[in-house]
Amino acid sequence: MISGAEIMVKCLQEEGVRVVFGYPGAVICPFFDELYHTDIKAVLVRQEQNAAHSASGYARALSRVGVCVATSGPGALNLITGIATAYMDSIPLVCITGQVKSDVLGRDVFQEADITGACESFVKHSYLVKNTADLPRVFKEAFHIASTGRPGPVLIDVPVDIQQGTVEEFVYPERVNIIGYKPSVQGHPMQVKRALEMIRDSERPIICAGGGVLTSGAKPKLREFCEVTGIPVISTMMGIGVMPSDNPLYVGMIGSHGVKAANVAIHNADLVILCGARVGDRAVASPDQVVERANVIHIDIDPAEIGKNMKTTVPIVGDMKNVLGQMLKSIDYTAPAEWIEQIKRWKEEFATVPQSFEGYVEPKSFIAKLSTMLRPKAIMAADVGQNQIWCANNYRIRDGRFLTSGGMGTMGYSVPAAVGAKLARPTRDVVAVCGDGSFQMSMNELATIAKENLNVKIIVMRNTVLGMVHELQDVHYGSRYAITELDTVPDFVALAKAYGIDAAFATSNKEAEEYTKAMLKSDKPFVLVCNVHPKTSSR
Amino acid sequence: MKYTLSVLVENHPGVLSKVSGLFSRRAFNIDSLAVGITEDPDISRMTIVADGDEYVIEQLEKQLNKVIPVIKVRTYKEGEYISRELSLIKVSCPSKQRLDIMKISELMGARIVDVSVNTMTLQFADTLEAFETLVDLLRPYGIREIVRTGTVAIEKDSAVSRK
Repeated sequence: MISGAEIMVKCLQEEGVRVVFGYPGAVICPFFDELYHTDIKAVLVRQEQNAAHSASGYARALSRVGVCVATSGPGALNLITGIATAYMDSIPLVCITGQVKSDVLGRDVFQEADITGACESFVKHSYLVKNTADLPRVFKEAFHIASTGRPGPVLIDVPVDIQQGTVEEFVYPERVNIIGYKPSVQGHPMQVKRALEMIRDSERPIICAGGGVLTSGAKPKLREFCEVTGIPVISTMMGIGVMPSDNPLYVGMIGSHGVKAANVAIHNADLVILCGARVGDRAVASPDQVVERANVIHIDIDPAEIGKNMKTTVPIVGDMKNVLGQMLKSIDYTAPAEWIEQIKRWKEEFATVPQSFEGYVEPKSFIAKLSTMLRPKAIMAADVGQNQIWCANNYRIRDGRFLTSGGMGTMGYSVPAAVGAKLARPTRDVVAVCGDGSFQMSMNELATIAKENLNVKIIVMRNTVLGMVHELQDVHYGSRYAITELDTVPDFVALAKAYGIDAAFATSNKEAEEYTKAMLKSDKPFVLVCNVHPKTSSR
Repeated sequence: MKYTLSVLVENHPGVLSKVSGLFSRRAFNIDSLAVGITEDPDISRMTIVADGDEYVIEQLEKQLNKVIPVIKVRTYKEGEYISRELSLIKVSCPSKQRLDIMKISELMGARIVDVSVNTMTLQFADTLEAFETLVDLLRPYGIREIVRTGTVAIEKDSAVSRK
């Protein structure tokens, strides 16, 4: 005989799960008790939302499914923001929640919450398991659904009596059979042919790469495609890292907070090739204007994204690396030198010099400098707010990853994401950059970092205001700073030290660089607090 | 414009809420949704009548396809399907009007399923247009209550050229 809890753990082993992020509670105890006997590492976070963010950082750093576990009621509810954050950015997660006994479901018993119902609009799929015997199939399907097609979070809600129930034996299904779920992976040959013709006829083509390129593992293919054709690349925030920032063909991030050259380029192009980008409102504010001048080829694994935000001339549904591979087979095109020159001129023309303030760290040039100090495969987790924009536009990425909450813009993402990334990639440099607002949303994870002795470096841009909104208030609300001043910013250095984590306070770029050099030499966690002037703009 | 969509789904608990939840969160307007088990007890069919332009219906179709237990989505084209709706209509009907209403009922092909001193209840299964005509005819007598199932639709073999 084997219990449901044991089955759940065996399923995780079958899926090759090595780390889960979680928080315990009464109705998930049978599961954690079984996990206790295995070599799967259970990382105790300090709040459930961070379990989902850590699982997200882990999943993105390793290109595997991340797993987070919470108890019923408040535990599950705290997960929600993390789940929704992962959903918006198409991150593969399996989220396991304990649930009250199945025979009292719906009676509002202690710590009962309808979590499958609550999460319906931001999970790729969810299960409320009613029979212990269903567990192997449910887990098999959940991992399959989370990681294939357009990835996303899958929720498995398991009542405690289902975990305690027993069945004769454990058989893990070899394959899944979901009749309504067969994501297409190859691009339709006719559409690929049409796309190639359209590229051939274009004079000012541009590739707009999104997170889908990275999810698909199509980075090398995209680079090859650009080398062969010479077509310049702009990226969305989720697409940062599709190319090294210093590649001459890379223009920069588009969007309301992107670089001007990239925005000018997309608005002057006669052909836009969207690669795994959903053209969110922050990326392209007025897609109709782009479409007036340009044909659009949209390659995406999710057919629902094609034509959703931007009118498409040639839709191609398929996995990015396959489609680019198909196109590479018969492409014969070189982008006109005139267009490349024009883009180069824009890049130079619109380059900006940041303004610095005495006694403060200038964050944009510091982020640029930091990129050169990290090793090439470093993982950078940027939070949300001005710090995110400073990082997105100034971090010179090479062969590493840039993790951020792009779609949902969830403050507090970077520190737990960095925790997950470090556990996934222990040999790489992992840095979280956040503001003093976002840091205070997840600084409780310093305990997790200390406990696990994780070599995560945290850079806090301390400008004593909620900078992004503060800036918005300057522009649109007559500088009336309604609840955006963090009047009592704690002493972060003392705070980090209270957790046994070393920290320093920098008041100039020179100091910040010196501390960075020192912290990167050590294999211990570190919190570097940078004093940033509240008037430093995001762009 | 009105569109009729036929959606095959796995017959599991929770599927209806996954599908119906989609409409509100994606801001799609639907007129009706009818659901029932098909010839295969593991599969249910939902017939959805939705309002929108081509863009909206295309999005609706794509988003429905993303719901994991959804097996197949079809938007029926004009003339290639038969649709019916069952309705129960309770009309005010003092004895002196009984004959009038019986005549309307007979003319329209409705059935009288309940008669009381002051009311008469009609059962009517036909197209949306026929229903509207019947209601127009009955309105002067005073409609007390209408209960409708929503449209169900099936493909018309006779009119569809097989692919």
